[in-house]
Amino acid sequence: MARAVSTRTRLVFTLIGWLVGFLIFFPILWTVLTSFKSEGTAIATPPQFLFFQWTAENYIEVNSRSDYLKHFMNSVVISLGSTLLGLVIAIPAAWAMAFAPTKRTKDVLLWMLSTKMLPAVGVLVPIYLLFRDAGLLDTRIGLTFVLTMANLPIIVWMLYTYFREIPGDILEAARMDGASLAKEIIYVLTPMAVPGIASTLLLNIILAWNEAFWTLNLTAAKAAPLTAFIASYSSPEGLFWAKLSAASTLAIAPILILGWFSQRQLVRGLTFGAVK
Amino acid sequence: MRAKLLALMTCSAMTIAATAQAETLTIATVNNGDMIRMQKLAGAFTEQHPDIELEWVTLEENVLRQRVTTDIATKGGQYDIMTIGTYEVPIWAGQEWLVPLDFEADYDVDDLLPAIRAGLSVDETLYAAPFYGESSFVMYRKDLFEEAGLEMPEAPTWDFIGEAARKITDKDNEVYGICLRGKAGWGENMAFLSAMANSFGARWFDMEWKPQFDQPEWKDALQFYIDLMNDAGPPGASSNGFNENLALFQTGKCGMWIDATVAASFVSNPDESQVADDVGFALAPDKGLGKRGNWLWAWSLAIPAGSQKTEAAKTFIAWATSKAYSELVAEEEGWANVPPGTRTSLYENPSYQEAAPFAELTLKSIQAADPTSPTVEEVPYVGVQFVAIPEFQGIGTAVGQQFSAALAGQASVDQALSNAQALTEREMQKAGYPK
Repeated sequence: MARAVSTRTRLVFTLIGWLVGFLIFFPILWTVLTSFKSEGTAIATPPQFLFFQWTAENYIEVNSRSDYLKHFMNSVVISLGSTLLGLVIAIPAAWAMAFAPTKRTKDVLLWMLSTKMLPAVGVLVPIYLLFRDAGLLDTRIGLTFVLTMANLPIIVWMLYTYFREIPGDILEAARMDGASLAKEIIYVLTPMAVPGIASTLLLNIILAWNEAFWTLNLTAAKAAPLTAFIASYSSPEGLFWAKLSAASTLAIAPILILGWFSQRQLVRGLTFGAVK
Repeated sequence: MRAKLLALMTCSAMTIAATAQAETLTIATVNNGDMIRMQKLAGAFTEQHPDIELEWVTLEENVLRQRVTTDIATKGGQYDIMTIGTYEVPIWAGQEWLVPLDFEADYDVDDLLPAIRAGLSVDETLYAAPFYGESSFVMYRKDLFEEAGLEMPEAPTWDFIGEAARKITDKDNEVYGICLRGKAGWGENMAFLSAMANSFGARWFDMEWKPQFDQPEWKDALQFYIDLMNDAGPPGASSNGFNENLALFQTGKCGMWIDATVAASFVSNPDESQVADDVGFALAPDKGLGKRGNWLWAWSLAIPAGSQKTEAAKTFIAWATSKAYSELVAEEEGWANVPPGTRTSLYENPSYQEAAPFAELTLKSIQAADPTSPTVEEVPYVGVQFVAIPEFQGIGTAVGQQFSAALAGQASVDQALSNAQALTEREMQKAGYPK
């Protein structure tokens, strides 16, 4: 039975919710505001919140200096490609772990997760050398591959959690009707796990979009995505905050919009199985 | 009709062939005003050389250093031209990672400033061409000096700087006598402190590569710095680097700032700086021992040995570091924007002298720093504010952390120096010094 909640309590919690939301969103808001300031205003003390001379000069400068579209396309290809490739590998893997577990399944899952515990820089040199020898440096294929590998443990874990919620009897029924393993996964399991797969897809696109270690270290000019676009505006000598903010705003805008439209799906997927 | 089609096909084939023949140079550059300007003006180069295309990778200094070091050490071959500093050139040239640069006579290599050329050469062979050079000097507020009844000499001593800084300080009104780097890092506080220590007679190593932090000269230098910053520096100075001090100076909170000469154009630019009209310049201070506390740095263009396009790369470097390029910048953006600190002829140019009032002091500062003889006593290394050995980045940053902690009041000067001595000894031993 639902507990009665007084209007006052509800108001207080709503306010706290809004406050926390605002605090989390504030850095992004500040970045957007700074992108419309001049370099001088960007470092002014006390900081100016809304009442400053708004200017679009940073966006003009950023667009004339860098090829935004090229970086954007690289980001799209790399993040989408790595996520889709990851799903193709992870769906069968998660199926096996969820519906045909062995006594070592838990260990395998933990071992997968443990690969995320090593700082990425620890394997930079071997990966760099492998990429060099395979001719994959500064290529979209190379980056797609490395980001797939980097995010695979998360994808497998997420899918495994969703698949566990699906009753095995349904799959068994399909098998009894003569469905092969591939058909069982493609026509029975996948449609039932669509919310989980969708949220895994979205979350991993976001993770791959924002990945800034491999994308910075393994690219030069051709495959550089938006992370490299942002990095090119930081400078230890000279003022750069306003231009950097404009570049950041341009880089995060597409993913922010995607997140905005798919928030219902994301929230549903992330809280899937949390309440029983 | 058929003839027309044939002609059209031939033309297309020729165009495709020409495009296929065009060489693409990938150039890694650092994000600063001069380099960005070069990118904008590079159209003039590609017009003269339609067979060469340029691709730019612009990065912040520390990221750039990491990327190009990884690439050159593993012979990754991602870049055809790299922007590197005076620290990397002697080390990389010694490893035979760089292509020696020999230019045509009209490049006039003898026009390069001797101190800069020495810093970019090994055994008198040039391995990188300087794009712009910088030293460090004193920037000060003329109005505050006048109010305090002080006059800045062109070549001040540390004692004068200390006295003036304390006199100007008005903490109630958030005016601090001096702003200096405090953020830990070999290229941050240690760039300033190593150069300052040179003028106090201190050195990183003796001729046997033994660390010298246990010597009185280092104690004098560090104690002077900490006392001065405690009395006349801004709060939280241990996290201030170039940009933080630039912001403080531009908003009128610093009486003096000793840092890179490149800052002169920022602090005297009325669009950015609230104190643009009141800025004066002076040479970096000394202690009367014959060495000034200024550094020497040159962002330079070099060709990694792994590049397959050496000739095209050389052609571009010759263009970007030529006298003609200076003239092109002057024509397009004015003499004040010409990359400074590389060529003698620029400082003899009356138009440049007129446009850049800090030109003479920049030149004097550069000339006062000798990377092959940086300190009062003899040293086994090259470099003014660094020691050009591969181990220095790690050691310099670790020592910088000790000194930054002393500035923050977390350690005493003696503790910081003894820790610095111990860690440097340990790292040098591990690296197999003396060699």
